[in-house]
Amino acid sequence: MIEFHLDARSGVSPYRQIVDQVRRALRLGLLDEGDQLPTVKDVVGQLAINPNTVLKAYKELEHAGLVAARPGVGTFVTATLRDASVVAHGPLRRDLTRWLAKARRAGLDEESIEALFRDAFRASVEQDIA
Amino acid sequence: MSTVLQADGLGKRYRRNWALTDCTLRIPSDRVVGLVGPNGAGKSTLLNLAVGLLTPTCGRIDVLGARPARGPAELAKVGFMAQETPTYSGLSVADHLRMGAHLNPSWDRRFAADRIAQLGLDPRQPAGKLSSGQRAQLALTVAVAKRPQLLVLDEPVASLDPLARRQFLQGLMEVVAEQGVSVVLSSHLIADLERVCDHLIVLVASRVRLAGDVEHLLATHHLLTGPRHDRLPADMQVITASHTDRQTTLLVRTEQPILDPSWAVEPVGLEDLVLAYLEPDSHDHGRPGHLIGVPR
Repeated sequence: MIEFHLDARSGVSPYRQIVDQVRRALRLGLLDEGDQLPTVKDVVGQLAINPNTVLKAYKELEHAGLVAARPGVGTFVTATLRDASVVAHGPLRRDLTRWLAKARRAGLDEESIEALFRDAFRASVEQDIA
Repeated sequence: MSTVLQADGLGKRYRRNWALTDCTLRIPSDRVVGLVGPNGAGKSTLLNLAVGLLTPTCGRIDVLGARPARGPAELAKVGFMAQETPTYSGLSVADHLRMGAHLNPSWDRRFAADRIAQLGLDPRQPAGKLSSGQRAQLALTVAVAKRPQLLVLDEPVASLDPLARRQFLQGLMEVVAEQGVSVVLSSHLIADLERVCDHLIVLVASRVRLAGDVEHLLATHHLLTGPRHDRLPADMQVITASHTDRQTTLLVRTEQPILDPSWAVEPVGLEDLVLAYLEPDSHDHGRPGHLIGVPR
């Protein structure tokens, strides 16, 4: 079972944050086919948000073919977003951790690291498109 | 879509002062409605009219299809928590539940007992010895255990610390998820309302300034920034406008896409949206295309 969290200052709507967190969990293998999502009552009892927000998020995930609601039982994962690339995650994460340590040693704070990463990421995406 | 509350030309006057004026409103059912406005705007008056503790001076109000508190059937359908989370300080938690059971034919004994146990409250404890957060939870339990179709809560979290506030709203949302009850609650805390409400009413100076589903309100309001415009756009309602010598910033309401390329268009958060309507000089009836009298 996963647990949701909300970043109230992100400017991203709560419903979108829930959808994104499920998709991320599916991609990272934290959620697998057959796993149950938290019930609406559990989510609203934990986050103090409107039940319709959760229903809307779950409906969108259902629409995307990632989960299915079983009436009276709950909502279950029916597909995964994990692909063959998952075996490469471990080594890539180690490289990244090393790189992060190096960046900190060079005196970059969190904000600079994030800005640098985003910038490099965007540049490489643009290069791919061009 | 069915309606929980309908008001037409509703007004309430205390001696010479109008606390609520020309209030016309329709609240669809199955919503959690946030009622916001400055102190003295008429929020409590509207809520007290909705539960039948006040009678209108003019106009009419219907709650769940009938005059509020007309008879026992109407009383049973509405749960109310007045301001300052009223409990009887000399009575124990168990006494409150016993009283609720005596006064309400539809009382759900099982729910009340379970919820008190879940909250970890000692049934023998006098309400006067509870923390303000616990008192609010007790008052909510009593209001919900009568199994109403509509819950009316007047500033339920105003006197609570942030943790108790969050716990109260968690409990309230659980009740909504479980029982499908409609809720109208007033609060000053827009950040809280943003999480829990899907419908919003802004009351200013005894009048309804804005009402609608939150999603729709957010989708139809935009923040525009651009080079200074001396003439307001004709095709949209301007809520607030501010200018420097070079720049104009507008908060507008429109159902149409904004095509004028001289504006940078950004979405508006609920807090900024509400604050714009609370501003005394907000152009809430903003005549499209009229000139702004701002000296250069």
